[in-house]
Amino acid sequence: MATGNLTTDAVAYFFVGLGYLAAGVFLLGLLRRLYVFLRAPVPLKITLTPGPTTYAGVVRRMAGQVLLFPHLFQADLPLWLGSLTFHFSLLLVLLRHLRYFLYPVPQWVVDLQPWGVYAGYVMPAAVVFLFWRRLARDRELYLTGPLDFGVLILLGGIGASGLILHYYARAYLVDVKAFILSLLSLNPTAPPMHPVFLLHFFLVAVLLIYFPYGKLVHMIGILFSPTLNQRFNVRRKRHLNPWDFPVD
Amino acid sequence: MAFRLDIPPLEPGVAAEWQCYAAKPKDMRAIHLPEERVEDWQRRAVDKLQELLLKMRSLQVYLDICAQCGACADKCQFYLGTGDPNNMPVQRANLLRKVYRYYFTPVGRLFGRAAGAEPLTEEVLREWYTYFYQCSECRRCSAFCPYGIDTAEITIAAREIMASIGVATKYVTEVVAKVYETGNNLGIPPLAWKDNCEFLEEELYEETGQRIRLPVDEEGAEVLLVPPSADNFANTDTMIGYAKMFHAAGISWTTSTYCNEAGNFGLFLNYRNLKQVNKRILDAARMLRVKKVVWGECGHAWRAGIAFTDTMNGPMDFLEVPYPIHICEFTWDLLRRGAFRIDKSANDDLLVTYHDPCNVARAGQLLEEPRAILRATCNRFVEMPADTIRERTYCCGAGGGLLTDEIMEVRMAGGKPRAEAVRYVGANYVATPCAICKAQLPEVMKHWRVEVDGEVVRVGGVHDLLGRALIL
Repeated sequence: MATGNLTTDAVAYFFVGLGYLAAGVFLLGLLRRLYVFLRAPVPLKITLTPGPTTYAGVVRRMAGQVLLFPHLFQADLPLWLGSLTFHFSLLLVLLRHLRYFLYPVPQWVVDLQPWGVYAGYVMPAAVVFLFWRRLARDRELYLTGPLDFGVLILLGGIGASGLILHYYARAYLVDVKAFILSLLSLNPTAPPMHPVFLLHFFLVAVLLIYFPYGKLVHMIGILFSPTLNQRFNVRRKRHLNPWDFPVD
Repeated sequence: MAFRLDIPPLEPGVAAEWQCYAAKPKDMRAIHLPEERVEDWQRRAVDKLQELLLKMRSLQVYLDICAQCGACADKCQFYLGTGDPNNMPVQRANLLRKVYRYYFTPVGRLFGRAAGAEPLTEEVLREWYTYFYQCSECRRCSAFCPYGIDTAEITIAAREIMASIGVATKYVTEVVAKVYETGNNLGIPPLAWKDNCEFLEEELYEETGQRIRLPVDEEGAEVLLVPPSADNFANTDTMIGYAKMFHAAGISWTTSTYCNEAGNFGLFLNYRNLKQVNKRILDAARMLRVKKVVWGECGHAWRAGIAFTDTMNGPMDFLEVPYPIHICEFTWDLLRRGAFRIDKSANDDLLVTYHDPCNVARAGQLLEEPRAILRATCNRFVEMPADTIRERTYCCGAGGGLLTDEIMEVRMAGGKPRAEAVRYVGANYVATPCAICKAQLPEVMKHWRVEVDGEVVRVGGVHDLLGRALIL
């Protein structure tokens, strides 16, 4: 990886280190959150009506909540539209990025490419909407803290730098992929010295590092929400509280 | 014209002075709590929070994952009524969340207030005491939260923490203490309970010419009815409805003077008292050797009844299946099978609507049976707007241990959405199977002047109307 040029070397080591740090913090942090969520028992049935009675019902309810946000649909239509748009475009963008991580690139990722590119426009637009929404009304403005704005700025920055890369850095893509694959194979090479790419990479790393320690853990947390994932089968099966104690 | 509620502009602090009276030492002692605030309350409260994080997955998950999106903000009747931002469910939860972040999260420790983290100070404890007792634990917000975040779980945890350091309200602690002393929330002694029952028997005889009984402490009866004690005192038409129903069905029943209370204010205080109050119901059932326990018309009682009883004090297998059972399920099952003769025209003077008590609907999952009974006993029944009923019902405004006069402003503010929904459909009778709703809603209707032909809308039980329509 060394080139003999001190500055270039320092930059290369920094980004390689950052990449591994971000991946490590993200994975271990999420695993730790998973453990923290799972170690606490659910002492009582707190299923929210309409409670499913079977596991299949729970899977249906959860799938519906995760994919379609029906509660938001009832609560706030513009927010529902904005967040659904944001999450789905983010998903498409992420899937599109598989082309930088897989060799050879599977056909379905190739087929997805144009949709991924469209989603690349939509996602930052949705972020702008979600940002504006927090400024537009007294309730949301009151609720929003620096970190809430910070996360949106980060996501917007990632989207914007990604779009710039897509149009002005095509020549670097082969280098980008070589760099990513080298990181994945634990045999890192220097990143392409393209400032917009490095910015994009940096912002993603910051997001990954913050991810397990803030509200973004809703990605896994929603699956452990007892009001949504409990069966309401109290008449068929006794629900036990592991820390229960006798009273007089 | 579609039903719409005005959403008030934010008015920070407007509800900050509306506090419940503090608990009396003698009541605290009677219910196993410190008589006054303990010396090292900050440390002990933080320790208790840590303990609860390890005991309640809901608390851990819900403190962590809220995105602060604000979808819940205008769904709480106490925010809609007051405009105080601390009554937005998300912000109410943030009162506990900021302390959690400060002591238990790296981001909170690192960035402090910028990350919404704050240490537990006297001022924060004051906010907790004020606003966690302006939440009725009704869970309407969770029906609109994309993650199902249940603010009641947060309120329950915060009240449990406060109780553990000797901070609680006079109203809730007094009620729990009365249950241990007399068997019921109102403090009715056994002899008075019997007197009331005999008085109602007399009334029934005068009305119907028949000996319709309200048995007390009868061993070997088939059914133990556990009503809210208010049914024997304030809502006697509901009690009369139960009595007529059992009489017409020919089923032997009894109440118990050891446990003549379905309500469970332990739910509004801490787990220990929740469990201990609940246990009395099954103890009474064993003492009287009944085959069934039927829960009367009480909202949070049904939550504790169906969702918690078997967990906390089961197994309940000494009872006939299905258990636990609600009076509306019991009655509807008989009605459906043709056990009663009904004259619906007896209720023709009423245009009836149904108010889903929050706990019956959102926690007890009981939506259809009360409606079925009303449709079978009333010719004129009308539903309120869709986003004010069933699992999206508004709380009456005084559940969760708020039914106390010193916070009347909070209660009336919280009752406003329900008042407006009743006004919108023009009903002159609100039927609801909940003693707290029955105590709160008449005040609400009067306060917000919900009137039909110059008369304030009446509020009563489901069994009141069955009682009127039953042909005996």
